[in-house]
Amino acid sequence: MLNVGAIRETVNMIREENLDIRTVTMGISLYDCQSDDINRLADKIYDKITTSAERLYAVSRELEKRYGIPIINSRVSVTPISYMAGGLRSVDDCVLIAKTLDRAADTLGINFIGGYSAMVQKGEIDSARLLIDSIPEALSETEKVCSSVNVASTKAGINMDAVRRMGEIVKETSYLTRDRASIGCAKLVVFANVPEDNPFMAGAFHGVGEPERVINVGVSGPGVVAAAIKRAGDCDLTKIAETIKKTAFKITRVGQLVAAEAAEMLGVPFGIVDLSLAPTPAVGDSVARILEEIGLERCGAHGTTAALAMLNDAVKKGGVMASSHVGGLSGAFIPVSEDAGMIEAAAAGSLTLEKLEAMTSVCSVGLDMIAIPGDTPAEVISGIIADEMAIGVVNNKTTAVRLIPAYGHSVGDELSFGGLLGTAPVMAVNMYSPEVFVKRGGRIPAPIQSLRN
Amino acid sequence: MKAVITVVGHDSIGIIAGISAECASYGVNINEITQSVLSDYFVMIMIVDITDMKCDFSEFVDAMERHGRGRGLEIHVMHENIFNSMHEI
Repeated sequence: MLNVGAIRETVNMIREENLDIRTVTMGISLYDCQSDDINRLADKIYDKITTSAERLYAVSRELEKRYGIPIINSRVSVTPISYMAGGLRSVDDCVLIAKTLDRAADTLGINFIGGYSAMVQKGEIDSARLLIDSIPEALSETEKVCSSVNVASTKAGINMDAVRRMGEIVKETSYLTRDRASIGCAKLVVFANVPEDNPFMAGAFHGVGEPERVINVGVSGPGVVAAAIKRAGDCDLTKIAETIKKTAFKITRVGQLVAAEAAEMLGVPFGIVDLSLAPTPAVGDSVARILEEIGLERCGAHGTTAALAMLNDAVKKGGVMASSHVGGLSGAFIPVSEDAGMIEAAAAGSLTLEKLEAMTSVCSVGLDMIAIPGDTPAEVISGIIADEMAIGVVNNKTTAVRLIPAYGHSVGDELSFGGLLGTAPVMAVNMYSPEVFVKRGGRIPAPIQSLRN
Repeated sequence: MKAVITVVGHDSIGIIAGISAECASYGVNINEITQSVLSDYFVMIMIVDITDMKCDFSEFVDAMERHGRGRGLEIHVMHENIFNSMHEI
């Protein structure tokens, strides 16, 4: 039964508090595109993607109109390209496939396509090695392709050879896209325990156990949560957690509605709703502001990790009942450049890399969209990746690293990417060298927590 | 099936008449109106029945938005499902 109070609340969330559907992502399997001829492989991939998602953009627009809620992005994720092993015999072959994905994204009118990916937590198949080697060139020669590499898992441990290599790959990518604020690095994520149904970029891909096609939806809504906490006023943390839970329930219900309808309209199964609170650089759409609303002078102050842990847990508790299937990353995101409050906190010196690392142990996803000095050595980047992977592996959770070495910039400078990717203040890094540790290579064994049978 | 029409803008003579006529021309029946004027600011929420609507939902959304634009009003139409799913368990 419709009542005016409920209508006002919903309209207010959308118009004043930036509630939106962040992404409707179609996952598409490419297994049936396998071919040992690279041109044939590229053609089949292009055809499969463009026919499968032909109506994706139009359906998003129609749902946006029906419910009056913005659907910010329509995206596609595909089977990790490294599994197209038969056709990939050189770095050039891989780059050709990246360009094919980019072309397919252009045809569909979507803004990102994910799945230029490899899973190497225990070791590399030949095509994964080629794909990783090709990442800098692939990301510099495409606009919409997103890449991810899973280098660790609780079951397999940490592949330190891959961690070392990814430090170098991040640096190379930064250099090759130096004329565009090193933006290639904003489309490259290094993961531990990567989820296979994540709708959010840059880490989205279509996992091996997924159906032929699937619809996954990511909601947003930090502004709605911050406003609800503000309205709750002077109360204790039990009440704050309760307020967050109720708000998360409402946000997620909208995601569930859109996901179910998009799936039906496209004739594709509904996969999951991702419960993540995803900020944007827009004023009033910030996760940092939620933490400040809870009672911190600035994000990064002592108490931030505890407040974030409570926020993350309450979002999940509220969201899980609102959706029939929850998956993906599901937690609060803390991408520095995409969050107005985080940008301010980092620029003010309140938020440091070390504090962000602590925060990632209690929320999704990891060290995300952080600009570091351009002269940071590759081994130091590998050291940062190794630390973050260890947090994920030991705590049975997803962690990720998306760092942007800002070529030609140092601490205090600012990198501007534009759009949803925002602006990143270049943050200080501990430059003492982990070189000997990183160069030892090998694998850090899976922790005792992996033996659960 | 129902929809919710929200209207915000400066108050003037004939706002409700204009919107009602537009609804009628599309076969949309008005069930309920809540309306107020606060310091010359007109705010209205209409709950309408769209079961016998003569066009696509998105066409009606566009028509109402167009109607508002010509008169300095912000008019949005939203399908009832979004309210039901958000506020009912």
